[in-house]
Amino acid sequence: MRKGQYRFVAGFLLVPVALYLIFVIWPYLQTFGYSLTDWKGQSQTFKFVGLDNYKALFKDDIFTEAIWHNILFLVFIPVITILLALFFAFMLNAGGRSKAGGVRGVAGSKFYKVVYFFPQVLSLAILAVLFGAVYRSDTGGMLNGVLLKLGLIDADSPVEWLNEPNFVLWALIAVVVWHGVGFYLVLFSAAMQSIPRDIYEAALIDGAGRAQSFFRITLPLLWDSVQTAWVYLGIAAMDMFILVSTMTSGEFGGGPDHHSEVMATVMMRNFLYYGKSGYACAMGVVMLLLTLILSVVMLRATRRERIEF
Amino acid sequence: MSALTKETSPVPAPRPVDKVPARSGERRGEGVVLNAFSHGFLAVWALLIVLPLLWLVLSSFKTDAQIGASAFGWPQHWSLDVFTRAWDKGIGDYFLNTVIVLVFSVPLTMLFGSMAAYVLARYQFWGNRLLYYFFVAGAMFPVFLALVPLFFMVKRLDMLNTYQGLILVYVAYSLPFTVFFMHAFFRTLPTAVFEAAILDGASHSRTFFQVMLPMAKPGLLSVGIFNTLGQWNQFILPTVLMQPQSGDDPERYVLTQGLIQLQQQQGYATDLPVLFAGVTIAMVPMLVVYLSFQRQVQAGLTSATLK
Repeated sequence: MRKGQYRFVAGFLLVPVALYLIFVIWPYLQTFGYSLTDWKGQSQTFKFVGLDNYKALFKDDIFTEAIWHNILFLVFIPVITILLALFFAFMLNAGGRSKAGGVRGVAGSKFYKVVYFFPQVLSLAILAVLFGAVYRSDTGGMLNGVLLKLGLIDADSPVEWLNEPNFVLWALIAVVVWHGVGFYLVLFSAAMQSIPRDIYEAALIDGAGRAQSFFRITLPLLWDSVQTAWVYLGIAAMDMFILVSTMTSGEFGGGPDHHSEVMATVMMRNFLYYGKSGYACAMGVVMLLLTLILSVVMLRATRRERIEF
Repeated sequence: MSALTKETSPVPAPRPVDKVPARSGERRGEGVVLNAFSHGFLAVWALLIVLPLLWLVLSSFKTDAQIGASAFGWPQHWSLDVFTRAWDKGIGDYFLNTVIVLVFSVPLTMLFGSMAAYVLARYQFWGNRLLYYFFVAGAMFPVFLALVPLFFMVKRLDMLNTYQGLILVYVAYSLPFTVFFMHAFFRTLPTAVFEAAILDGASHSRTFFQVMLPMAKPGLLSVGIFNTLGQWNQFILPTVLMQPQSGDDPERYVLTQGLIQLQQQQGYATDLPVLFAGVTIAMVPMLVVYLSFQRQVQAGLTSATLK
């Protein structure tokens, strides 16, 4: 019995663990090793160069600029997405007030949730094509078309959203926010629904308005979810590969003139285009370290006393 | 949900009677204004979501010249011709490639993920905890960290630009979340049923396949949908692993990759309606899955963040 059980356990674990080791864990570990070599990828010969790749990395203007773009994303994407998602979630869950004086969601909140969440199931490739069309640089683009109708721009000089150094990063942020709000709204909604109704009703009797019940009740009780959202959006802001590489100009994106470059696009270009595998591995390691630091810092900075309810 | 929108029990009002009407009247006035205000915002955002998508679908019926000329305006003729053209121009192949990969990768992910999760959740052996964290940790690292060595690993196995290569990689990268979620699920299943099955003489693997796995159906459905959406939308892995390796190696692009390919070809040969039709074709299955499993999709995707 005992022996049979061990054989069973081992048999069930064999394939999953093997797959996981070969395709996930081993490559992760190899990255650290390769990042210390001058490997070009084509031949199997390479030599150990110590930290040279890392030194070169921080002298690489394109990469350091890319880090700053990631940091800009890191600041604005979570803030805008979380604020909008919180606002909508609060409106959906506690925005309405029933005649009996209770607190409830606005009418049609289910419908809104279904619509808002939908972008989340679309692939980023679809988003890239969709917003490529929305941001078209001539009057055939949706955004330019709308602005033209409103008389805000001239038909002869439409805005080249994705080719304008001042606009391109904001255009990308808008796409991520459009994509993400519904998801975090559902996340926050679930958390809000677990807040007991009587807390709201007690506040209502005490004369709290909507703003007060939001800031004094909802937000503190939601803090854990907000924190989770912050970390996840932060990780997404560190990535951004798909949107930048497909929507902006240049090989693996990053245009105009590296104004929208992020770490991931620089890495992929060095790996697949220039064939500098060792150098690309070093970038992978830097991305990992920055992401880890970021998660720890955010969890620390946003730590609050947990409120039991 | 229903319990929450239900009319709440009358509020006990142990306050002076003369004050109540004034207060509630004032509140109702504020409520009407705020209701209009919140509905306004909610409706605007809903339009911001829906209109670009509808606009894109509509654009696939237009001609190339029409698309370039103005953002608005109705298509001249409503012919489904463009969808067959898009299908022939590669979308059909990309679609099929994606389906071929997913038909194997999703069931295999579920099978191997549940097997590992089940053993880790219900059997005690040396290293159990360690192995569990080892699986779950994989979900925390960015895929970029593994990309370069992964490419050479798949190359060494001679599986670049093959279905089996992509299938195995998809399975491996879906394991962390699947193991994490199913582990939690198997822990909640009653032990009594398991013991009864063993007492009746069922082997361990038979107990798993015929007793425990059927009981885990709701969990399997949520994770299954999550994995289907995730793998259907995957872009980085196929971009690196599914490039033709030589002149006579056929293209085996998946849908996301193919769409981006089509978009990038627009520089040379413009046929935007075909691109938009391709996006529409790629969107429809997602819309159908989403609308029919709406609750599970939301639950599955949001629980992914709750680790």
